[in-house]
Amino acid sequence: MTETSTLPRIDSLIEPARVHSRLYTDREIFEEEMRRIWHRTWVYIGHESEVPNANDYVTKSIGPTPVLMVRDRQGEIRLLLNKCPHRGNQLCAYKQGNRATFTCPYHSWTFANTGELMGYALPDGYEGVSKAGVGLGKVARIGIYRGFVFGSMAAEGPTLMEHLGGAKAALDQLCDNSPTGELELTAGFLQHRTRANWKFMLENETDGYHPGFVHASIFQVTKSGIANLYGKDSTALTRDYGNGHTEFDLRPEWRRLDTPLKWFGTSEERLPEYTAAMKAAYGDDRARQIMIDGSPHTMIFPNLFIAEIQLFVLQPMAVDETIQHVTAVQFKGAPDINRRLRQQTMGSVGPAGLLLADDTEMYERNHRGALIHDPEWLVLSRGLHRERRDENGFRVAHSTDEVPQRGIWRHYLSLMQE
Amino acid sequence: MDPMLAEKPVDLAALSPVDLHHRVAQFLYLEARLQDTHAYDAWEQLWEDDAIYWVPANGHDTDPERQMSILYDNRSRIKVRVEQLKTGRRHTQTPRSELARLISNIEVVAVEGAEVSVRANVLIYEDNLRGETLWAARNEYRLRLVDGAFRLVRKKIGLVNNARPVFTLSFLV
Ligand SMILES: [Fe+2]
Repeated sequence: MTETSTLPRIDSLIEPARVHSRLYTDREIFEEEMRRIWHRTWVYIGHESEVPNANDYVTKSIGPTPVLMVRDRQGEIRLLLNKCPHRGNQLCAYKQGNRATFTCPYHSWTFANTGELMGYALPDGYEGVSKAGVGLGKVARIGIYRGFVFGSMAAEGPTLMEHLGGAKAALDQLCDNSPTGELELTAGFLQHRTRANWKFMLENETDGYHPGFVHASIFQVTKSGIANLYGKDSTALTRDYGNGHTEFDLRPEWRRLDTPLKWFGTSEERLPEYTAAMKAAYGDDRARQIMIDGSPHTMIFPNLFIAEIQLFVLQPMAVDETIQHVTAVQFKGAPDINRRLRQQTMGSVGPAGLLLADDTEMYERNHRGALIHDPEWLVLSRGLHRERRDENGFRVAHSTDEVPQRGIWRHYLSLMQE
Repeated sequence: MDPMLAEKPVDLAALSPVDLHHRVAQFLYLEARLQDTHAYDAWEQLWEDDAIYWVPANGHDTDPERQMSILYDNRSRIKVRVEQLKTGRRHTQTPRSELARLISNIEVVAVEGAEVSVRANVLIYEDNLRGETLWAARNEYRLRLVDGAFRLVRKKIGLVNNARPVFTLSFLV
């Protein structure tokens, strides 16, 4: 932080089991987060299946900054910034499409979808000027794991694999639920505008304490046994993978029930094609285990939330505004489960979702509360006395404990201080 | 309900355009009032068993069987949605949104047997804890005449800004 900043030292706002309200509401802290987190660490951009063909592109983002995720004519994924290097005009005005070149509408400079300048309009005015080095801005580093495309604005830093660490297992677990091992995110995203700081979402995604209260209405109406997963006797775990990645691990409960597809509220009989495809792909025993364990509930810092059957992407727009992008997980080669995945996703999430509209109500109330100065500190001490290490050395505790939130802030502090 | 609508039998094809338009408009205003006043049970009872209640996202000609929609309810999910609102613990509607909607540009598009297809524009003012929100939509309806009264078979709410991020939409739209 600069000498002239009015900011307090960030380490004076974060303690192991409590955080200061100002972290959610201070504009300078938000700007600092953009520099030290969003423009530096690995951020999830999109999935390869969203640009299946050569020259496909889709507009994604890193925080408020739009990023064009492009598959160039050679088939390589590129992450370009949507700004003409001439006078700064927004280059592409469309959300997605297929094109080999982008032409700026202002003075008609044309760029290849690799980012290189192909030509000036009225080139006589640029006699002797080289086109080299005049291309579009790029996200400095691209990392792809199992189709998940991440970008880092920093030219140097930890590799994507170092960043993902233990949370890589969640991406594997998700992909293993596909009979082909691949996802196809083809259903489009809902965009839920939220008048709250992004970190309320980051913290809530793996909060196992809230569902029994925030979602009591839908559990009651659907007479769902799911509420028990969030109760005192639940054997589910909260987990801190380090690097800000956190998890709500339901596998202990599903293994206790020992029934394939119970995690998805269905059965092998009701999804015969999917079940057959899984057994053909993995063998009976492994397929059965995958279908018992189900899909993960994991928040990959800072913006990719795997919510079993949905993928959320968090996009902070301002200190008090965040967009939650969400789509249904779709498994390549599994039409019968995909239909059900879409139907359940549409019911649960997005602006009208039977679940997420209530979470989002809480985010907006969280934010209004954070603006009140007394008490200044918010409490994250739940389960501190029963935190322990799992077999891989990651911190875990009871399903309702605040292990994930403490882990998020530990990592946040390290990034904001470096 | 308007006693005029309870006359039976009514042959839609035999109605004058003015009479048909009037009956359609009266029904849309009734639905609007039930929604604005959170009359959940009465609104739910307007729906037929083969209902589709649809708010598309990312455009107006998407395939709801393939693409994500903001809302895509069949009859049983409409019931779940209403039952959730009635628990009093649907937090996003406790307190409830204050609502007033205007319906205009009503056009009867087609009559087929006992069913009539309708277009209308709607502007909804919402006030809640977050603040004031305006919702604008081009709606499409399929209404069915049952025992002399219209019922909802299909309602598509085409939010004009559905390709952009929108705030929580938890009242009956
Ligand atoms: Fe929740």
